[in-house]
Amino acid sequence: MYSLHKKTEKNAILLLVGTLIVVSIGGLVEIVPLFFIDSTIEKVSGMRPYTPLELAGRNIYVREGCYLCHSQMIRPFRDEVERYGHYSLAAESMYDHPFQWGSKRTGPDLARVGGRYSNEWHVAHLKHPQDVVPESVMPSYGFLSEKEIDGADISAHLKTLRMVGVPYTDDQIAHATEDFKAQGTADADTGNLLSRYAKVPTGDFDGQPDKLTEMDALIAYMQMLGTLVDFSVYEPQER
Amino acid sequence: MATTAQEPKYNETVVKLFTLAAIFWGVVGFLVGTFIAFQLAFPELNLNEYFNFGRLRPVHTSAVIFAFGGCALLGTSFYVVQRTCRARLFGDPWLPMFVFIGYQIFILLAASGYVLGITQSREYAEPEWYTDLWLTLVWVAYLVVFMGTLIKRKEPHIYVANWFYLAFIVTIAMLHIVNNLSVPVSFFGTKSYSLFAGVQDALTQWWYGHNAVGFFLTAGFLGMMYYFVPKQIGKPVYSYRLSIIHFWALIFLYIWAGPHHLHYTALPDWAQTLGMVFSVMLWMPSWGGMINGIMTLSGAWDKLRTDPVLRFLIISLSFYGMSTFEGPLMSIKSVNALSHYTDWTIGHVHSGALGWVAFISFGAIYYLVPKLWKRERLYSLHLVNMHLWISTLGIVMYISAMWVSGIMQGLMWRAYNDYGFLTYSFAETVEQMHPYYVIRALAGVVFTSGALIMVYNVWRTLKGDLRKEAPIGAATAAKPVTA
Ligand code: HEM
Ligand code: HEM
Repeated sequence: MYSLHKKTEKNAILLLVGTLIVVSIGGLVEIVPLFFIDSTIEKVSGMRPYTPLELAGRNIYVREGCYLCHSQMIRPFRDEVERYGHYSLAAESMYDHPFQWGSKRTGPDLARVGGRYSNEWHVAHLKHPQDVVPESVMPSYGFLSEKEIDGADISAHLKTLRMVGVPYTDDQIAHATEDFKAQGTADADTGNLLSRYAKVPTGDFDGQPDKLTEMDALIAYMQMLGTLVDFSVYEPQER
Repeated sequence: MATTAQEPKYNETVVKLFTLAAIFWGVVGFLVGTFIAFQLAFPELNLNEYFNFGRLRPVHTSAVIFAFGGCALLGTSFYVVQRTCRARLFGDPWLPMFVFIGYQIFILLAASGYVLGITQSREYAEPEWYTDLWLTLVWVAYLVVFMGTLIKRKEPHIYVANWFYLAFIVTIAMLHIVNNLSVPVSFFGTKSYSLFAGVQDALTQWWYGHNAVGFFLTAGFLGMMYYFVPKQIGKPVYSYRLSIIHFWALIFLYIWAGPHHLHYTALPDWAQTLGMVFSVMLWMPSWGGMINGIMTLSGAWDKLRTDPVLRFLIISLSFYGMSTFEGPLMSIKSVNALSHYTDWTIGHVHSGALGWVAFISFGAIYYLVPKLWKRERLYSLHLVNMHLWISTLGIVMYISAMWVSGIMQGLMWRAYNDYGFLTYSFAETVEQMHPYYVIRALAGVVFTSGALIMVYNVWRTLKGDLRKEAPIGAATAAKPVTA
């Protein structure tokens, strides 16, 4: 064996190729099957792609690094389920490019924060977290409510996501900007939006009815987190 | 290239540049780390949108891993490969210089992006597509320089340090490319969407993430260890056979361990189990490296008394041993149930990062500086010793604070009272963290002060100064200097 190794030690190309083969195996065995084994992603009802405004909010969540302090992955333990809700399913992040499970809980899990607090609570909290949670160490994000957005380029985002596998329809892409505005504006006509996406929180989210801001988008995203899957018809599966 | 029997002249310019860059980025990274540590203790320090914790944390992690660690790795690999092959760098002088400049541009592109909010949100792979493409180009050039030098070597054998460096370079290339597969929204915009989603994306990311640890922070630095430890001791590596076995075992096993970052998540159980089993096995080859390094000292233990640079190297191996024992422990599902999401992970990270990665780099820098700048010795060995103990104190403060806060946090989250209700609200657990966050921030100040002593010492060495001082350990040395 050691004499065999002598050869490798004297041939740089052999060493390179040998190394590459040895380091490829683990990843191939673990990752590739995830794309082919059917039970990897549970069959559930209720999942839909993000609405344009939610998607913009999600991109703000990514941009600000919220995932560095908040997980979106509830583990199947009694205390976590009691604190945060039903444990997270793989299906719930099937449209997440990239995933936002997180690895640190400096703040609480957000996988099911949707509908848990009012919009007003979120605005107050994002502007100055310590006003509503005195012990909190979260930074303030008041600047979001000054950044106006119009969703002019959001259809390009939907198109890109379709390229990587999110099933947006032509209709959804064509009316992306329209839907974007309808979701975040008080008293807007949301009929079309609701025909394209199910279970959508709508209205003025940030308490500034005259403008559509990044604060609206972020809260719209948070208000739908974890609310899509219908757990009344969900049966746990062996995986 | 001279055909005389003399040693060929090596390219030392690029090694010098990387060494200085490593020192610079090290200080930057430690300062940002200390600042974000203070932000977690005193949230008012989140100054504005650009200097919020969420944007600065990737600046810290990239600055210490890729800028500080990366420059130390690239610089030492260029130094080591030339000496152990007795050959000048391939593509000299332009290709190595391109690697240096290109790598600095990568660092600046990445860091400026984070502050502006440009991120893929993949831990340790945050830079967006344009930065990733640039790094790919630089990395290929790096591989070409390194392989080219190996191929034109004048030594029959490829020295073991180079196996580790090579494994580090090729594996990082593979991980980087696969984990960053994404589609940009537009050619002129910064935003892209990853090719994979949800559970597949999560495992791809942690396959990358764990092996950024395994190949960047471990295999690369083991390469460094295999050159500088024997050199500083002046003896060959303890066991040649051990190095063969633990090299192949290490690189084979590491790749499988990614799923231990996803225990009890929506990742299928079979993958979690594989990750756990391989992580536990990983303990052995990891300790193989530590044993090989530390045992090289056998018969020369007294050197530890007189040589503070060697102390850096040996202490770093001890921290390496500690964190690679702790890691497999945390990979066991029932332990991870407690440790995951808490500061325990952060403590584990920094025992590896400060104790192993930073300390072995400090040792290598102290070895290299007088050699590269042709000085008789460092300006002051006493200052090296001061750096050593101050920074060790910083590490101990950091990791013990995180053990306590992490385990406490994990236990508080799962505590129930007599009536069957959760005892603590989340906010109550946050409140309990405060004193430990203050201690950790102070630990950062202490650790960074040590590094600043190094900056001073290196600067005086470059100036050509020598501090008049008694040799270290003189009082207890075998031959006391008496009149
Ligand atoms: C045998 C070797 C090792 C094993 C099996 C191991 C295992 C682990 C485990 C189980 C976690 C916690 C994952 C979680 O719950 O989220 C972790 C996190 C981590 N470890 Fe290690 N570890 C090892 C060595 C090291 C070393 C030597 C370093 C540093 C030089 C290191 C750096 C990290 C980092 C940076 C993380 C945090 C990742 C994140 O969540 O962002 N590990 N490791
Ligand atoms: C002055 C010394 C340092 C201080 C004060 C410091 C502080 C910090 C802080 C406050 C965090 C964020 C923890 C959290 O989110 O709860 C962090 C994360 C991290 N630091 Fe450091 N750090 C220092 C040095 C280093 C060095 C030298 C390295 C690597 C070579 C390093 C690697 C990391 C990594 C990988 C993380 C992310 C951990 C994770 O996601 O699990 N740090 N550091």
